[in-house]
Formats: sequence, structure tokens, C-alpha cells
Amino acid sequence: MVKFFGRFAALRGVSAEFAPSKLYVITGDNGAGKSTLLRVISGLAQPSQGSIRLLGAKTAHEVAHRIGYMGHAPLLYDELDGMENLRYFAGLYGLHDDSISRDAMRRVGLEPELERRVGQYSQGMRQRLSLARAVLHNPELILLDEPFSNVDMHSAHDMATILGTVRDQAKTIFVVTHQSALMEEVADEFVHMSAGKIESREPVRARPVAATATGGDE
Amino acid sequence: MSTAIVTRSTLLKDLRMEWRSKDAINSMLFFSLLVVVIFSFAFNPTAEESRLIAGGLIWVAFLFAAVVALNQTWARELRNQVLDAYRVSPAPANALFLAKALGNFLFVVVLEVLMAPLFVVFYQLRSVGPVWQLVVIALLGTWALVVNGTFFAALSIRTRSREIMLPLILFPISIPALLAMVDATTSILTGDSSPDFWMKMLLVYDVVFTAVCLMLFESVLNAE
Repeated sequence: MVKFFGRFAALRGVSAEFAPSKLYVITGDNGAGKSTLLRVISGLAQPSQGSIRLLGAKTAHEVAHRIGYMGHAPLLYDELDGMENLRYFAGLYGLHDDSISRDAMRRVGLEPELERRVGQYSQGMRQRLSLARAVLHNPELILLDEPFSNVDMHSAHDMATILGTVRDQAKTIFVVTHQSALMEEVADEFVHMSAGKIESREPVRARPVAATATGGDE
Repeated sequence: MSTAIVTRSTLLKDLRMEWRSKDAINSMLFFSLLVVVIFSFAFNPTAEESRLIAGGLIWVAFLFAAVVALNQTWARELRNQVLDAYRVSPAPANALFLAKALGNFLFVVVLEVLMAPLFVVFYQLRSVGPVWQLVVIALLGTWALVVNGTFFAALSIRTRSREIMLPLILFPISIPALLAMVDATTSILTGDSSPDFWMKMLLVYDVVFTAVCLMLFESVLNAE
């Protein structure tokens, strides 16, 4: 897969296969193509050359309800409070039960009763809420771009633990981060990118594939 | 995924955000107010002259004011890149477009309701033709402005000078609608001719451009 932005090649021939129910940590320097890879997987960007097969489908749009994406920016409305944000995004996935949004907030350590608008949240709280938004609809594939940026060490460890627990529920997770040490306890594989290519893949521990994982999904 | 449900929830979300910030409505109100007052003092028209020029003046004021709201529409979605959250969801693209267009329609209608008494007072307007036709023209004309405006505002959000790009694209394509609105309004205010032809033209314009915008919006939303 190749991805150009104008004349600049952000991805210069990525060819890979990823097994389900694993937690992949994508590392690399700035400009290595990590975020672009995540955007292409999520369907936000189209590859200039090559193709991607995702959860058995040819386009991300076909399986959009099975994908959760957390971007570098929070992807939240500053003028709304946490619950209002989650309620709206849950509605986009056809989920209209308030308890889903409440549970998602609690899972990331935020109080659903908090009436403060997101614009008044600290950076760490925004990141947590952003994570809650990404996993709100219980997706099978979770794509997280720098989930620990601006989060204090204690909260970042908590978030890493949450991600490990989510992966154990037969979810496939991709985490782009510069703080790879945080993920050592829970990661299944480190994928190192450099200059738009996957330079190395290092599995860190063997895990049995969860029984609920569907065969053939890539 | 129901388009109607997502349209409704997106519209309610936008109305709530506008109610809290009042960004669009305040800017539109101040702009229209300035136009009414400045033109009134600059020309000081008689009642007869007012009837002849009011149609043009009213619609030009609303067109320029609407551009302010149209620019705000997508600016909210660009902050924090929230539009990406919509794009990765399975929600239909047209639901977003319809919600934005309906939201802008409501904002401009509210503006028209608030500004109408001022136009009447400052320009000593009295309708010779039936007033209900003015209401129909206002609704059809407003939809003509906002449906294209919402579409072209979405088209220009990724450009560097989007505030300038929007009027540059929108105004030329709005000329047929603007002509129909002005002539229909003047016909009713002066009673010189029937506004029927212009009202039918507005209706056709609305139907055609709404259909075209709905057909093309998904490509615009997912353009990189």
C-alpha cells in the first residue's frame, strides 16, 4: 500500500497482515507514517496504490460499525458536556440507550454526572472521553492515535490496563504511541515504522487467540 | 441507520450548540441591522421608492447575513476534527447535510422574523399584494440560499481562504434564485404584476439544487 499527499509519499509500500484479537503497538519517529496508516485503515484516507482488506470487507465503510477510531485531535464538541457528546456519537451507531454512554464514561474513569463542557476539561480528561467515544459501540477493531498524549503517568497506566482488558474481550487494537514503554505489559506485538514503511515487527508474548475471534478476518 | 433519526439528532445538537454560543445568530443580526440602518439613512427613501427597492435590499441583506451562518456551520465540525468522528461512523452522509441545511434554514428564518418589523418601520413598507405570498417566497428563497450555501461551505472547508471562497462560489450560482426572490417580493410589495412565475421558478430551483446537493454530498464529505 502506498499513500501520497501531493508529491510526498507518507506510506511507501506497506504490506502486512494482522491477526485478530491482538494488541499492536505502532512506533516510529515523527513522519514515519504511523498516523497515516491508521487513517487508511479507518477509511478516513484512501490508499493511492494498493488495497486494504478489513474484517473481511474491501472498504472500511462496509464495516464502519465494527471499527472504533480515536484521532490525534479529541474529535469532541467543546460546547457540549461529556454525556451530550457520547449520546450524540452513540446515536450515529444506532445506539439510543443512555446507559451505554454512562458505562463508557465510567469505564475510562469519568463521572457521567459531570456537567462541565468538554472545552473546560483538562487534556487528560479529553483523552479519556475521546477513548470512551471510540469504544462506545463495542467495536471489534479499535484504532488509537496517540491515546496517552497529555495524560499523566498514572492515568496513562490505567488506560493501558483498560486496553489490555478490552483486547482480552477478543478485540483487535492498534495503538500509535511514542510512549511504547507503557504498553509493554499488555502489547502482543510492536510494529516499528520508519520513512513510510514497516521496518520491523516484534511479537512480545504468545497469547492464545480468543475463542470468539472470527476466522478469515485480517 | 435511519437518515431521519441521525438528521434529527444532528440538528438538535447543532441547535443546542448555537443556543449556547449564539455565534451565528448574533453575527447575522448585527450585520442585517447595520444594512437596514445604513441604507435607510443613506437613501432616506419615500414609501413609494421603498416599495421598488425593498425587495432587492431585503434579500441582499439576508444573503450576506446567511453567509456568516454558513461559514460557522462547518467551522464547528473542523474544531477538534470532529468531522472525522462522523466520517468513520456508519451514519449516512446525507443526514449530516440535511441537518446542517435545516439548521441554517432555521437560523435565517429566525433572523427574517426578527428583522421584518425593522424593514417595515425603516422603509415604511405596506404590502399591496397578499402577505401570505411573501411568507411562501421567504421560505422558498431561504431554502434556496441555505441548501447551496451549506453544500458550498462544505466544499470549501478544506481550502485556506474558505471565508472568501464561499461567497465567490455561492453568489454566482444563487443569481437565478436571487432574481426570483427579488422580483417576486417587489411584485407583491408594488402589486404591479403576479409573483406566480417567480415562485414556481424558486420551487424548481429548490428541488433541483436540493437533489443535486444530496447526490454529491457524500463525495464532498469524504474528499481528502
